[in-house]
Amino acid sequence: MLKFENVSTYYGNIQALKNLTLEIQKGEIVTLIGANGAGKSTTLMTLSGVVPPRSGRIIYKDEDITHCDTDLIVQKGIIQVPEGRHIFPYLSVQENLDLGAYLRNDKQEIKNDLEYVFSLFPRLAERRHQQGGTLSGGEQQMLAISRGLMARPEVLLLDEPSLGLAPILVQQIFDTIRQINKENGTTIFLVEQNANQALKTAHKGYVMETGKIILADTAENLLTNDEVISAYLGGA
Amino acid sequence: MKPLNKDLFNMKRLKVSLAMAFWLSVVTFPIMVIKINTINDTVIWRWGNLALIVILGLFGSYIWNYALDRMKERKGESNRLKETLSGLYQRLRSNPKVKKPVLAAVVLVIAAFPFITSMYSTSILTTALIYVVLGLGLNIIIGLGGLLHLGYAAFFAVGAYTYALLYQYFQIDFWIALPLGGLFAFLFGLLVGIPVLRLRGDYLAIVTLAFGEILRIILNNWGPVTGGPDGISRIPRPSFFGIDLKLQGSINLTYYIMVLMVVITIIVVRRLEDSRIGRALEAMKEDEVAAEAMGIDIMKSKLTAFALGSMWAGFAGVVMAAKTTKVTPDSFGLMESVIVLCIVVLGGMGSIPGILLGAFIFKIVMEYFRVFAMYRMLIFGAVLVIMMVFKPDGLIPKIRRKYTVEKEGA
Repeated sequence: MLKFENVSTYYGNIQALKNLTLEIQKGEIVTLIGANGAGKSTTLMTLSGVVPPRSGRIIYKDEDITHCDTDLIVQKGIIQVPEGRHIFPYLSVQENLDLGAYLRNDKQEIKNDLEYVFSLFPRLAERRHQQGGTLSGGEQQMLAISRGLMARPEVLLLDEPSLGLAPILVQQIFDTIRQINKENGTTIFLVEQNANQALKTAHKGYVMETGKIILADTAENLLTNDEVISAYLGGA
Repeated sequence: MKPLNKDLFNMKRLKVSLAMAFWLSVVTFPIMVIKINTINDTVIWRWGNLALIVILGLFGSYIWNYALDRMKERKGESNRLKETLSGLYQRLRSNPKVKKPVLAAVVLVIAAFPFITSMYSTSILTTALIYVVLGLGLNIIIGLGGLLHLGYAAFFAVGAYTYALLYQYFQIDFWIALPLGGLFAFLFGLLVGIPVLRLRGDYLAIVTLAFGEILRIILNNWGPVTGGPDGISRIPRPSFFGIDLKLQGSINLTYYIMVLMVVITIIVVRRLEDSRIGRALEAMKEDEVAAEAMGIDIMKSKLTAFALGSMWAGFAGVVMAAKTTKVTPDSFGLMESVIVLCIVVLGGMGSIPGILLGAFIFKIVMEYFRVFAMYRMLIFGAVLVIMMVFKPDGLIPKIRRKYTVEKEGA
């Protein structure tokens, strides 16, 4: 469904992605793990058209989207939940969610989706009239994910959803990610530092180091892979 | 109990004020006290001035610090008086028995204004209304779009010169020039916006300022076409179905045109705030990254805000040209942009009543206090500093409209 073919992205003279090739199938949860500065976020930004690649192609549903503008990519159903949440601090929870559905016109469906995200995160329903900025970190992350869902994504890109959250909340967020995938068949591309949780959640995993994919396998296999265990899972 | 900062008398504050007064007298000593007569080689010591400065400095500083302390104490504490007043206002507003007569009275006063006051007053009010439209237009760019624009007067000039030049070369009537002025300002906004809007914050401010100056300098130097620094004069006032209105009638007509334009502008701005593009702009102003992730085309939204805001300056410019019957490049300098910016900031960014009040205060107070023209900039600066410290959101801050989506069947 979504394919990176030899994608190289540069920041000035620094090459951040080196001939990246990866593939995501419809309905899958695919995770990309790696250390700080490995190029995980750059991969997402390249996909979203924020930092266009210098070479290579990105194919989505047999269509070359390598040089599409960000808003066009969003229109095609690839929705990013940016790192560090980026919710609208002065808008209410409800207004934040409405903006998620900015590109949609089907009022009834939007209403249904609103009920759906409130059922996923009942906390948000309680706080629907509260300003986004007054929510706690965990609630903000829930809001950011919900806002992404309001756009009815075909592919949901999650950039470090567990960043700065308490362990119990991390667990809850990953459970919900699985639930979203199961209930709606939404394809999810999950970029994470928390390799353990990410691999437990995903079907397939890629391991990235200094701009290159060094390992690609099913999530189960990666969880038992010695290299992964020693480098990312803290095992001996 | 130690004395509260709220108390009117406070030893510490007095000491600070004394130091302030002393410092002020030292700084101003050379210009206020010493007066040298170079012809007779004598020095006059004006000790009276020194006393004046010390007293003014002492009182000014004391009041300033007292107000600051009070503001600090008040923080977090709810303001009883303010709440009562706003509650009363809300109740009166929602009561149809009060609302209707008040509204009718306001409409009546506005309609009858030219007949109950002098031509001079009508003319000043018309100018104030032009600045209301300018303020509301700039508010689309600054308040809605969050783009700092320091060259707004250039778009005002585009409107004014559109009418002036079209009349001079093609004898085009006011009513045809009016939409054309808006259109040209809109197009000019697009043209300037495309390269400029890639910049942000300070850089955007500097570049818009430069564009404003460029246009003014072109108008000033392109003598054969624009008449250079002399500008274009004898532009006709608005016509009314070919009826000869005389001077008084024309001035009244201009006034009514402006009243209508203000009403239309307010309606359009309110609709714009609630529209898709308004929501997009609001989101963009809060967080560009997130807005982009929602599928909002940032460039397009910014351009729309910029060009729409410019369009209102164009309309206002055409009326200005018709009202003064003369345009010169000097009327569209940086100062003009700054005044409109001040109207928006002073009144309250994004707040329509705030901008109305801001424009009236600026234009009308400035006009009637011509006696103090010398000190205008001094007072102007002082007012702005005081405002920014004590009321940073403006005179009538924007109230975020809350809306609720009711569950079906609930």
